[in-house]
Formats: sequence, C-alpha cells, structure tokens
Amino acid sequence: MTLLSVHNLSTQYSAGRGTVRAVDDVSLEIETGETVALVGESGCGKSSLGKSLMRLVEPTSGQVTFKGSDVTAMSARELRGLRQRIQMIFQDPFASLNPRQTVRAILTAPLKVHGIGDGKRRREIVEKIAEQVGLPPDSLDRYPHEFSGGQRQRIGIARALILEPELVVCDEPVSALDLSIQAQILNLLVEMKQRLSLSYLFVSHDLSVVRYFSDRVLVMYLGKIVESAPTAALWASPAHPYTRALLAAVPDPAKRKHAAPISGDLPSPHNPPSGCRFHTRCPLATDLCRAEAPRYRSFGENHTVACHYAQ
Amino acid sequence: MTPLMEVHDFAVGFGSAQPVKGVSFDVTAGEMLAIVGESGSGKSLTALGLIGLLPSHARKTGSIRLAGRDLSDLSERQWRSIRGREIGMIFQEPMTSLNPVLTVGEQIVEVLRIHDKIDRRSARKRAIELLDLVNIPEAGRRIDDYPHQLSGGMRQRVMIAIGVACNPKLLIADEATTALDVTIQAQILQLLDNLRLNLNMAVILITHDLGIVAQWADRVMVMYAGRKVEEGLPQPVFEHPYHPYTRGLLAASPRAEVGQHYRDGPLLEIPGSIVSSLHEKGCAFRPRCPDARASCGQAVPPIKLISDGRYAACPLVPSQFGRVSHDALVGA
Ligand SMILES: Nc1ncnc2c1ncn2[C@@H]1O[C@H](COP(=O)(O)OP(=O)(O)O)[C@@H](O)[C@H]1O
Ligand code: SF4
Ligand code: SF4
Ligand SMILES: [Mg+2]
Repeated sequence: MTLLSVHNLSTQYSAGRGTVRAVDDVSLEIETGETVALVGESGCGKSSLGKSLMRLVEPTSGQVTFKGSDVTAMSARELRGLRQRIQMIFQDPFASLNPRQTVRAILTAPLKVHGIGDGKRRREIVEKIAEQVGLPPDSLDRYPHEFSGGQRQRIGIARALILEPELVVCDEPVSALDLSIQAQILNLLVEMKQRLSLSYLFVSHDLSVVRYFSDRVLVMYLGKIVESAPTAALWASPAHPYTRALLAAVPDPAKRKHAAPISGDLPSPHNPPSGCRFHTRCPLATDLCRAEAPRYRSFGENHTVACHYAQ
Repeated sequence: MTPLMEVHDFAVGFGSAQPVKGVSFDVTAGEMLAIVGESGSGKSLTALGLIGLLPSHARKTGSIRLAGRDLSDLSERQWRSIRGREIGMIFQEPMTSLNPVLTVGEQIVEVLRIHDKIDRRSARKRAIELLDLVNIPEAGRRIDDYPHQLSGGMRQRVMIAIGVACNPKLLIADEATTALDVTIQAQILQLLDNLRLNLNMAVILITHDLGIVAQWADRVMVMYAGRKVEEGLPQPVFEHPYHPYTRGLLAASPRAEVGQHYRDGPLLEIPGSIVSSLHEKGCAFRPRCPDARASCGQAVPPIKLISDGRYAACPLVPSQFGRVSHDALVGA
C-alpha cells in the first residue's frame, strides 16, 4: 500500500537576488514498510525535500498525499495531527534538543502537545521508549550535554518515535557518529522499524550505509531525482552517469588509487545548467543534453532513469 | 635511512585528563601514513602536537624529531619558522581556517611572505601557480575571490595550496575530506596523492573512513583511547586485523561489495562507547571487548611487533587471533 506519494513537488527559496529551486519537480512514492534512501551531494536538496514532505518548509507547488489525504491542503490543525504520524530524526540531535531540559522533559513534551495520557501514563510511555532505544534508566533525569553523540542520537530517536509515527524522515542520522557507534544506531533503527512497523525516508550521502539500510534508492542531483531503483538493482546496474560516478567514487579497499570518476564541482543551484543538469560534469554529454532536459524512462522493474543516453 | 619524523612516547594531558597516553611512530619521507580511530582517541591532539599548536595549558611529554632535529622544547617563535615551511596542515572545515575578509590570493601571499623574502608581485605569481597546482580552474581569476564565493571542495583546495605553499616535507590532513561529498572527496584524495609524489612530501592522513585508508594510505596506525593499538600496511591490517578494536571496526562497517542488507540480519556492534580514564589499570578497550578476560585488567598491554611491520597491543595476538580472517568474522 502506498503510504506517501509526492507529485511534481517544487520548493524554492528566495536567496539574495534570485531564487534557488532546491526541490525541482520531484515525484516519488513510499510504500508501507519500505525504507527509501535519498542520496546525493550536499546541497542537492535532500533535506529540503525531506522537510517539504511534512511542510516544515512550504513547497512552492506540487502535491503530497499521506494515506490518501492531501498534505498540501491541510489546515494548521490537521498538520499537527500529521506531525504525529510523520516524524523526523536529525543528523545532530544535540542542536535539536533543548539543553535546559532533562531527557524526561524532552520526551514528555510531544505527549503533552498531542494530549496523550495523564501524568502516570506519560511516565510509563517515556520509560518504555527509553528502554526500547537502549537508554539506561538513570538517563531520564539528566541533560543532553551529559551524553555522548551516540546516546544523544538515541534520545533523538526516542523523541521521534514516542508518538508511534508511521513514517520517519531520517536526515543523515549516523553521519556524525563514529563507525563503532554507527552500527549500534543502524541496528536500533531496524529494530524499531520492525517493532513499530515504521517506514523510513533515509537521507544520506554514505552509499555503504545506504546499500545496507534501504530497500529502494532515489538519487538526487541539483534538486532533481535522476534515478530511482530497488537497492540491489541500483548496485547491479546503475544506469544514470551520475549514479555510476557516485558508486565509483566510494572508497573501496579493493581498488588502490583509482582515478576520481568525475571532475568538476556541483554547479551553483542559483543558476543550474540548461537541459540535463548533469551535463557540465557528464562524460557522455552531447548537444541534445545541453538543450533538452531528459524525461524519465523505465529501465526495469521499479527502475526509472532521467538520461537521454542511459543504457 | 633515518625517518623524516620520529615520535617517541608522545603524551598530552590537561589537568587530570590524559587524552594522549604515549604514542610512538615514524613517518618516512614521501609516505602517506593514515591514523584512524574513534573521535576522542587523541588523533587530533597528536597532530596538533606535531606542529606545535597545542593550547598553552596542555602538558606534553615525549619527543618529536624532524629530520633529526629535536622539536620537543621549541619556543613559539621557533615553531613559527617550522609551521608552514617544514610541516603544513589542513583541517576539516576550511571555512574556519580561512580568513573570510581576505581574498584567497591575499591569504596565500601572506603565507609565502612569512617564510620567504619575496616581493608582492612574485608572491602573487607564485600564488596563481599554487592554485593551478591544486587544480583550481581559472586560477588567475579565482585568486581574487573571497572564501565564501567558493564551493566546499574549492575551499579545501585553497587550504591545500596554502598547506603546500612553502614545500613542506610533511603535510598533516586532519579529516580534510570528511565534510565533502564522495565525488569531490575522491578528487581531493587524488590531488593529495599526486602532490606528495611530485613534491616528495609525506602526508599524515587522519580519517575515520576505513575505505579511504585502504585505498590511499601506505601504512595505517589505529588509535584507541590515547594509544596506538595496531599498525601495519593497510591491506594486511584490513584483510586480517589483529587487535579486537580493529576487528570490531571492520565488522561493524556495512559491506556494500558483498551486498550486506538489513533484512538479512543486524550489523555486528562494538558495544558501549569510548571510555578513557586516567587511573585505568588494564586495557582501555576492555569494557567493549568481546574477548576480554580477567588478565586484561591487570596491565595496559604494550604495543608489540607481531610480524614484519605489524604491531598490535593485545596479548591475545597472534596466538588467538592469528588465523581468523575478516570474512569469517562477518560471516561472509
Ligand atoms: N583544549 C582541550 N582541553 C581539554 N581537553 C581537550 C582539549 N582538546 C581536546 N581535548 C580532549 O581530548 C580528547 C581527545 O581529543 P582529540 O585529540 O580531538 O581526539 P580525535 O581527534 O581523535 O577526535 C577528547 O576527550 C577531547 O575532549
Ligand atoms: S542526459 Fe546527457 S548529460 Fe544528462 S546524464 Fe544523460 S548523457 Fe549525461
Ligand atoms: S587486551 Fe584483552 S581487553 Fe584488550 S583488546 Fe586484548 S583481549 Fe581485548
Ligand atoms: Mg578529531
């Protein structure tokens, strides 16, 4: 069943003299129980897309539907209900945790906002989620700064899951963590997904993590989704030249000192290239690519690509 | 041949804390040495110690020799003549190390003129050459840009240009590619590798990315809680890690190349997090080590030569771990 669907969504920011199309005509779907990864270079619009879905930033145009209801048309009150069912986990939980509140207060706040339970019931819920995310019982009366990065991320996860949402947007949740802690947090996210039947939109630039953690991958470049495929299929047959470059750039112990797969920088999103936005870095670019934006083409089951020459 | 740099029993303390507890290693001229480990394991403090940038309230002991010269007791004045000229450094976030109100060119010229008696015109010419050297397109135009006008990757190239401006014998790169995307990261690593070959410059690459180490380093040193716990050539270390911490790190990394997937089972975890206490009696990894036994709590295991160029600080190496391969560990 489709949990979330997005049609032709665009989000613009006005910046100085011009505007930035951070999300440009993006369509996607997330099925119930699925983990969909969104990958791409920093600044390509991943976080903007994640936030636009739940209207933490307002999309400029397009439509978002969550379980049949039109999110883009929701009133403030309806949105509050929606944010109980869609939650977000951030890269730096510390920045989003109030330093003057104890963990107990941080975790109780969403229950109060949504009028769930009385004092006693809330205490039970808070203690249960803390235990489920692996926070020791004495953590509840401590403050965020007393915790290591991994423990803080557990607090961030507990806060996101305490309302038992259906969809969780995870924005680079393990990028700031040490490798030994990253595995703990990924395992916890999988465990909680199974326990609460969650679906995830997992924003990441770490392709090894994405390969492990996702069922399907959306590859984003300068505000556009350029390829969408089941995870195993993407690794087996990446079709878009940018996807290929990304996969080839992942440091691989088996490939000593191979050349960087593509040169050049991400162009400025203020002034994106004409036609196919990847043409300034693409080894296959032709005049057609410079003039005309490629349409999506089917490349196999559940596999679509936006490239004139994908093969 | 004497090594370019010899670090012996180097330790750093603040008050009652001892974040670096005595590390010894050599850097050979022109080599790329990687240092990996958890944050808080003392990598950055060690690096800062090597270029005399520790805060003044830091206590440091041990010795550092550069091309035979003892750097342990230099004054700040003496350090200034070494920093930049003999040892360069680049950090993770170029935005904080670049001056936002000076153009890229002004900053390079400044560095050149600290060390060499050269006039502004030739310094500017040299600055353009340097920007060219680090593959900044249209260097002659970019030289007048301010840092905020450049992308993250370009700023890191500028930092590298400043780092190598005076032809140092050693460049220290502390998490220099961590904030960059993989496609740009690959370009920067390739650039560092070319530069060190062309300039015969050694590089100490501090990173937490094991893939980068395996792909680019000549030698790797693993740190945990202020000590070196393993050292060797990257391929043998990663194919056949000895120390339980290194073994844990490798097992905890998702392995894309074998298609490891969450639906098939969890990643192996290293439980807990790094704890480094001053009054430890035994191995600092003991609270997290799956192989710990009573004897591990009695004394800090010394780092020992296990085989040619391979060192490990665990008494169970190699008798217990000698023949276990990484594949066996992750069940691949
Ligand atoms: N100026 C300082 N004063 C006190 N403690 C410090 C200072 N700088 C670093 N530390 C501590 O030293 C430990 C090691 O830090 P660092 O060398 O930065 O590790 P790494 O580079 O491996 O992340 C950390 O626990 C850190 O908090
Ligand atoms: S459309 Fe052209 S420029 Fe764009 S990715 Fe395909 S080949 Fe490259
Ligand atoms: S000394 Fe003991 S605790 Fe330390 S790494 Fe070896 S087995 Fe583990
Ligand atoms: Mg560090």
